[in-house]
Amino acid sequence: MPTLETKSISKRFDSIKAVDNVSLSFEAGKITGLIGPNGSGKSTLINLLTGFVPYDAGMLVLGETTRLSRVRPYDIATYDITRTFQDVRLFEQMSVLDNVLVVLTERNVWSALFEKHKTYHLEKAKEVLERVGLWEKRNQLAVNLSYGQRKLLEIARAVAMDANIYFFDEPFAGLFPEMRKVVTSVLKELRNKGNTVILVEHNMDIIRELSDYCVVMDSGSLLAQGKPEVVLSRKDVIEAYLGE
Amino acid sequence: MEYFIHLGILVAIYAILALSLNLVIGYTGLLSVTQAAFYGIGAYATAILITSYDVNFFLSILIGMAATGLAAFIIGYVLSRFDGDYFALGSFGFNIIIFSIFMNWQELTRGPLGIPGIDRPSLFGFVFSDNTPFLVLAALLAVLAYFLCQFIVHSSFGRVLKAIREDEKAIQIFGYKTGYYKLVVFIVGAMVASVGGSLFASYITFIDPSSFHLNESIFVLAIIILGGLANNKGAVWGAAFLILLPEALRFVGFPTDIAAQMRQVVYGLILVLLMLYRPQGLMGEYKL
Ligand SMILES: Nc1ncnc2c1ncn2[C@@H]1O[C@H](COP(=O)(O)OP(=O)(O)OP(=O)(O)O)[C@@H](O)[C@H]1O
Ligand SMILES: [Mg+2]
Repeated sequence: MPTLETKSISKRFDSIKAVDNVSLSFEAGKITGLIGPNGSGKSTLINLLTGFVPYDAGMLVLGETTRLSRVRPYDIATYDITRTFQDVRLFEQMSVLDNVLVVLTERNVWSALFEKHKTYHLEKAKEVLERVGLWEKRNQLAVNLSYGQRKLLEIARAVAMDANIYFFDEPFAGLFPEMRKVVTSVLKELRNKGNTVILVEHNMDIIRELSDYCVVMDSGSLLAQGKPEVVLSRKDVIEAYLGE
Repeated sequence: MEYFIHLGILVAIYAILALSLNLVIGYTGLLSVTQAAFYGIGAYATAILITSYDVNFFLSILIGMAATGLAAFIIGYVLSRFDGDYFALGSFGFNIIIFSIFMNWQELTRGPLGIPGIDRPSLFGFVFSDNTPFLVLAALLAVLAYFLCQFIVHSSFGRVLKAIREDEKAIQIFGYKTGYYKLVVFIVGAMVASVGGSLFASYITFIDPSSFHLNESIFVLAIIILGGLANNKGAVWGAAFLILLPEALRFVGFPTDIAAQMRQVVYGLILVLLMLYRPQGLMGEYKL
């Protein structure tokens, strides 16, 4: 059953059709690989589906009944959607622990004033930070982490959200093998729990290993979709990549 | 001695102002220079209520806070449409607008003539007419402001403020309507500044618009940058430092005919050097 569908979603930046009339559906319990050459619109599509950038036209369908002609950034958490960013976006001058706690604690302004954090918030933060090996670094400022640690912290922050739908925009880029293993196991675990996982990745070996389904974008449009082993051997897909 | 008590009272008042602005700038990253206007609204509320309506000082603080909160709500709501540098410019504009209201709404404020004869506070028959008890009162309110600010920044709310400062668009993705947070902290900051204004009015017993000029906002900004942004102790130390430094320079033996000018130059120089060699301020956790 699809948990998230797009209906003719489009976004233009001046003369560039960054996302052009894309209709897709993502399924629960699967990792969907979202691939395509540089500038093909993968990150923009994620930005549209997470309210980070408003779409010009189209519709987002969640579950059976929720149809959205507009998504606001602060609403996506209530739809159980979360994400990471290609250009890691942490709260730099805050501790590693606070970077995670801040997505766990009270959203309501007044209640937040009278809460520090609950024990279960701290336990959850500990759990996700241990998962990516950053619990020992919890009191360091995020800005002082290495590049790889920063990517892991962003992943931990997303996992802490306990969402249903996760978008990961190139989570493996620039990581050492040890860290890649961590990310791989986190993604698999999320999938095995029945979540919807969308993975943007340029490394085809990773896509072959991890994704259950594969969507190819080119110049803002859908080029192909299907099982990774089928899609990745298609001539037009190979050409799109070679042509870049 | 009387002189040191006087300085102590000024430090307490400016510490309150610095704490209030630190919430807005240091913790939330909203570059506001409207603080002198809120300080002024508090001062005028107390001045008018005491001289014309014989209201008790302590009640006038509360009424002043309410009036300032209302003004901050309106101003903050308008400013919520601006980002970054534009926010700063907008807040600059609002300080000028409020200043000119102080200047021109003569029926209420007596304009440039100012309001004289503001009584010192009194509580259960005890009048704070001597400076020593007034210092105790001012210090008490400063301590209260300090603990209020500490409470706010160490709450979950305070953590969100910092996240807004770091990356507002990113924290929204995690379900925060940041507009509310910014508006609330802006209002709370203004209300705290208003308490400083009430204290000032009843301490000096005379106010006119010149005390609430934009320069005053800039001075408070200098205090928190120097003390260290996003650090409440820094705000207090910064206030002490910037108020006491020029006084300390009086004791340097400059030749009398150029003493005043030398003091100004050395004061400025020390500030420049401090910022050069310690850009995060005396105890700062965060750099603009
Ligand atoms: N905010 C923006 N303003 C203007 N143009 C943009 C903006 N964001 C993206 N674009 C353009 O939209 C197109 C799609 O960009 P996008 O970042 O979505 O590609 P991508 O598939 O994620 O590429 P990559 O693999 O390099 O990350 C590009 O031509 C890009 O220049
Ligand atoms: Mg991208």
